Amino acid sequence: MKIGLVIRLIVLALLIAFLISPETFRFAFAPLVTGNQPVIYNQGSLLEITINHLMIVAIAVAAATALAVGLAILVTRPFGAEFLPLSRSLANIGQTFPPVAVLALAVPILGFGTAPTLVALFLYGLLPIFENTLTGLTNLPGAVTEAARGMGMTGRQRLLRVELPLAFPVILAGVRLSTVISLATATIGSTVAARTLGEVIIAGLLSNNTSFVLQGGLIVGVLAVLIYDALSALERFLARRTGQSRRAAA
Amino acid sequence: MSVAEAEGGKRSSFLAFDKLGVLIALIIVAGALMPFTIFRANRIVLGEGRSLIEALDPVMTLVLCAVLIAGFVVALWRVDTRAKLVVGFMVLAVLAINVGLSADYLTPEENNFSRISPGAGFWLLTFAFALMVADALTRLRFKAWTRLGILAAVAAAVAVLLWSGTLDNLSILREYATRADAFWQEARMHLLLAFGAVAIAILVGVPLGIFCYRTPSVRAAILNVLNIVQTIPSIALFGLLIAPLAWVALHVPGARAIGISGIGTAPALVALFFYSLLPIVANTVVGLQSVPEAANDAAKGMGMTDRQRLWAVELPLAFPVILTGIRIVLVQDIGLATIAALIGGGGFGVFVFQGIGQTAMDLVLLGAVPTVALAFAAAVVLDAIVEMVSTPERPK
Repeated sequence: MKIGLVIRLIVLALLIAFLISPETFRFAFAPLVTGNQPVIYNQGSLLEITINHLMIVAIAVAAATALAVGLAILVTRPFGAEFLPLSRSLANIGQTFPPVAVLALAVPILGFGTAPTLVALFLYGLLPIFENTLTGLTNLPGAVTEAARGMGMTGRQRLLRVELPLAFPVILAGVRLSTVISLATATIGSTVAARTLGEVIIAGLLSNNTSFVLQGGLIVGVLAVLIYDALSALERFLARRTGQSRRAAA
Repeated sequence: MSVAEAEGGKRSSFLAFDKLGVLIALIIVAGALMPFTIFRANRIVLGEGRSLIEALDPVMTLVLCAVLIAGFVVALWRVDTRAKLVVGFMVLAVLAINVGLSADYLTPEENNFSRISPGAGFWLLTFAFALMVADALTRLRFKAWTRLGILAAVAAAVAVLLWSGTLDNLSILREYATRADAFWQEARMHLLLAFGAVAIAILVGVPLGIFCYRTPSVRAAILNVLNIVQTIPSIALFGLLIAPLAWVALHVPGARAIGISGIGTAPALVALFFYSLLPIVANTVVGLQSVPEAANDAAKGMGMTDRQRLWAVELPLAFPVILTGIRIVLVQDIGLATIAALIGGGGFGVFVFQGIGQTAMDLVLLGAVPTVALAFAAAVVLDAIVEMVSTPERPK
């Protein structure tokens, strides 16, 4: 576990160093190009594109989390109980839609650029979070919710103090899935002219420049793995904490 | 809505609305007010909406409105769920026929450039009644065979509708007509990529899963590596495989003869294969772990060898879980195969990306609609199969 952490920190440091000064790493990519092809991506700053990529993902995932958790809370209350079975199967059906299709179909409504990418990421990000929040809220230990009710907690108190905190690690797992999917889908966003790392990969594919493909792919891949690991660690930490607090309560 | 609510208030004692019905009814009203179809003078100019009244000849407008009002009423009232299902399917069929008729009606004579495509109104109405059907199907909890039967019936209805030529004047089918050969070729490619990757992943993944299950020391390592592969964005993995496969094509004798090259089908298939591996290996391990201890003990007591136990006890019992992994992977690969078009791998993605390039949205739809339909059908079929193999066998 310790070694894993050291490796991850080194990888993160390398990634930041590469983004700030890509020319320093010219030697590593030089063997990949033929003739006088440019070695380092030269149609914009890699750092700027990466930040833009992360911003799009962050905005989309934040919005998706807000709506998905809200909806999941709604359908698990008595008022929205009628929607529960349908929302389950809609979430299932929604997952059969390929991200590219969602992205492409958003273009006629929103035009080219960042907007359709944001919407596609948002819509596609909803499903895992919604599904996990549902799982979290419907699989609570019966004894705990009974105890909360027995203590005379109102519905709102139960939701905020018992149900959501207990479901939180599962919800976070949904956010993690959603973030990783969004990081990947955002690269496809550059086919509709959003400024994301996909731009670097596609520029490489179009000019047959393996070095570009590798740079774009490496940055997205490393980001995805690091963010995935960081969120998993946070989840384990939170699960341990709620587990401990549950034991303390019992 | 106010009328509906007022009425609901008055007669709530015996005619309660269901909440989902109110939502569907609202969507129906919104859909009826929005443009039913969109008329464009040629393939890529901006379109102008045609409302329900303008989009059809007066008789058909009346028929469609009557059907929609009937659908509205059935959606709103608490009627038998089966009735909702049947009415929902019927309204969807009427909508599909009418959007085709609208295209016939709006296409000016001797004008081959004008395009008619379904408008926001059509999509909203379709969405509303699809919601009604989905809700009814969820509530009725049909048996696996019934669900397969319904899927087959819907597929047959769509086939008849397409074959009859009712929809031929719609823009998406005009796009199809000009590239019918390419369409079927890309369809074959798409299926080859998705099913090929899954097939190879099963051949490699199930033995790997058995190996992981039997050798706990390597289990975590293998699953971690596969997990990392899963987080690499597809477009990057496709791109990154180009270089090694180009090298293989150059240096391994015979590799090029069997079609391996840097771009095209080979890297796409390999990338999809890598993505498919994790769910299959992980589900094989979980499935084998969930085999009841008692079954294994009994098998050992009967004097079965390890190999016999694997084939006769463990794999059959783990099969539903492995199949669930295959379902996840198949649906995922059908969607991901669209991205293969970016590296020359073919598939329906070709039309999606061509359409994005030419800002021709009907072309995008020509690629996206079959992909979604295929993924959806695969999900329904495999869900049904999983259910059939999971139910304990009845005594004969």
